Amino acid sequence: MLLEVERLRVELHTRRGSVTAVEDFSLALEQGEAVGLVGESGSGKTVTAHALMGLLPRERAEVTGRAVFDGADLLAMDRAQLRQVQGRQLSIVFQEPMTSLNPTMRIGRQVEDALRVHTGLDAGARRQRALEAMALAGLPEPEGLYRCYPHQLSGGMRQRVMIAAALVLRPRLLIADEPTTALDVTIQAQILDTLRRINRQEGTAILLISHDLGVVRALCGRVVVMRQGVIVEQGRVEDIFHRPQQAYTRQLLEARPSWGKGKEGQGHG
Amino acid sequence: MKQILKRLGLLAATLLLVTVLAFVAFSILPGDPTNSILGLNATPEQTAALRERLGLDLPLWQRYLNWLGGLLTGQLGQSYLYEMPVSQLLGSRVAVTATLTAMSFGLIVAISLPLGILAARHAGGWIDRVVSVLGQVTMSIPNFLLGFLLTCLFSLILRWFTVGSFSAAAEQGLGAYLGYLFFPALSIALPRAAMTVKLLRGAILGEMGQDYIRTAYSRGNSKGRVLWRFALRNAMIPVITFLAMTVADVVAGSLVVEQVFAVQGIGQMLVSSINSRDYPVVQAIVALIAVVVVASNFAADALYRVMDPRLRQR
Repeated sequence: MLLEVERLRVELHTRRGSVTAVEDFSLALEQGEAVGLVGESGSGKTVTAHALMGLLPRERAEVTGRAVFDGADLLAMDRAQLRQVQGRQLSIVFQEPMTSLNPTMRIGRQVEDALRVHTGLDAGARRQRALEAMALAGLPEPEGLYRCYPHQLSGGMRQRVMIAAALVLRPRLLIADEPTTALDVTIQAQILDTLRRINRQEGTAILLISHDLGVVRALCGRVVVMRQGVIVEQGRVEDIFHRPQQAYTRQLLEARPSWGKGKEGQGHG
Repeated sequence: MKQILKRLGLLAATLLLVTVLAFVAFSILPGDPTNSILGLNATPEQTAALRERLGLDLPLWQRYLNWLGGLLTGQLGQSYLYEMPVSQLLGSRVAVTATLTAMSFGLIVAISLPLGILAARHAGGWIDRVVSVLGQVTMSIPNFLLGFLLTCLFSLILRWFTVGSFSAAAEQGLGAYLGYLFFPALSIALPRAAMTVKLLRGAILGEMGQDYIRTAYSRGNSKGRVLWRFALRNAMIPVITFLAMTVADVVAGSLVVEQVFAVQGIGQMLVSSINSRDYPVVQAIVALIAVVVVASNFAADALYRVMDPRLRQR
């Protein structure tokens, strides 16, 4: 077992009091498996991802439970121990490709970032590894892009840069938090293809977070449905797609624009 | 390249406009330089002769063109009052004011960058609070008053320097000269440094909340690394613009603070020349300040492009 989350609970402290964002969340993920996590906005998907990545500020978020990753509990680690895992064995791709890259830093330098943090490789070796990761993420002509800045790239290309940067050290698990939501539909499909290829070829396990069951279905065998911070349904993606047991899951499915029904304007933005 | 030429053209146009304004403004001011040279008892013939000798009988536009022509060939003209070339009159004073300005600017940078970074690094902590309170106090004191306070403290109480002994200090060598100028420079720099600290702290904290910072953390970067290698560069972009605008304030501050510390720079010269309607001197000083301000804005703009790749293509 690569990741075993047990009874994860996240309480966020805001100025207007505390909110329980995630409660009693348990999930097991095998080596090389791709699992989907779906739910509407505010259902706690992203908070769950950030809690697992250790990205929630400790003074504003209380995270309890266990998340055993590769034999060690992520939630029990101190900052220094967590930094050893972040970007090396456990990586994340965020929802916002336009703002998740540093605007004043060259693409190559950003893809190499994890190498600088975790390895003692020299500039030449780092460059080599970065170019490989960029090719793996489906970026055409990595050499040319290496010296570009983020604003020179389209949204889809930037998301591929994010994927390359996340994969540069070949992590065991990649958390992809709505990686295609901000992109055009055609680009979405290409990015999902790339993620699938990475999952199959490299054996990288993927936790794919989306509000769209269709997106999850394109990549994952198993899916977990969340609502208001708790899991309402989970199982094989085909079963849930065709025979949703919960009314909420059916609503999620119906909220997708469907070519056959001739309905418009019901999809998520 | 075309970009740079365009900016240089704009630069020249700005300077030209400033010289026109300076020339016209001082020419329509009431008062006549002949009065302050000859006194009130001069005969009309004497006055007319002097006006002709100084070239004041020519129409304004012709005087301006003559002056501008001289400016371009390095001739700043002749002082009405002292009857010597303006360049000779101003030479040593310009050096004094330039030193004072450079020292003040250096102090602003040297004080504000470390404190701004420190305050941002420990935002909400006691260091941050101390810096914030001190900054608030310093910012609300005008620089001439700060000059008086520093004079009281360092000259009258601690006796680290003797206020008014600038010419003597200047003769003792570079160390004493700079040592004396340190105190006026400090009183010019402190309020501006306090503002820069506040701006830099805010800019860093603003950057620390951005998405790309979260990305940096997710790769295993420590907080210190995130601040130094990611946030700081982006936070410096607005700070550099602010510092460039500060140059104008620092020059203006020098003019005032020179009076307080009895430093013989161009500030004193400017005030006395305005009083005696010694136009060539006044116009030369105004033109000089305009050049410094416009040039520093140009430098900031260039630096801005170096710092922010998004601006380079436009």
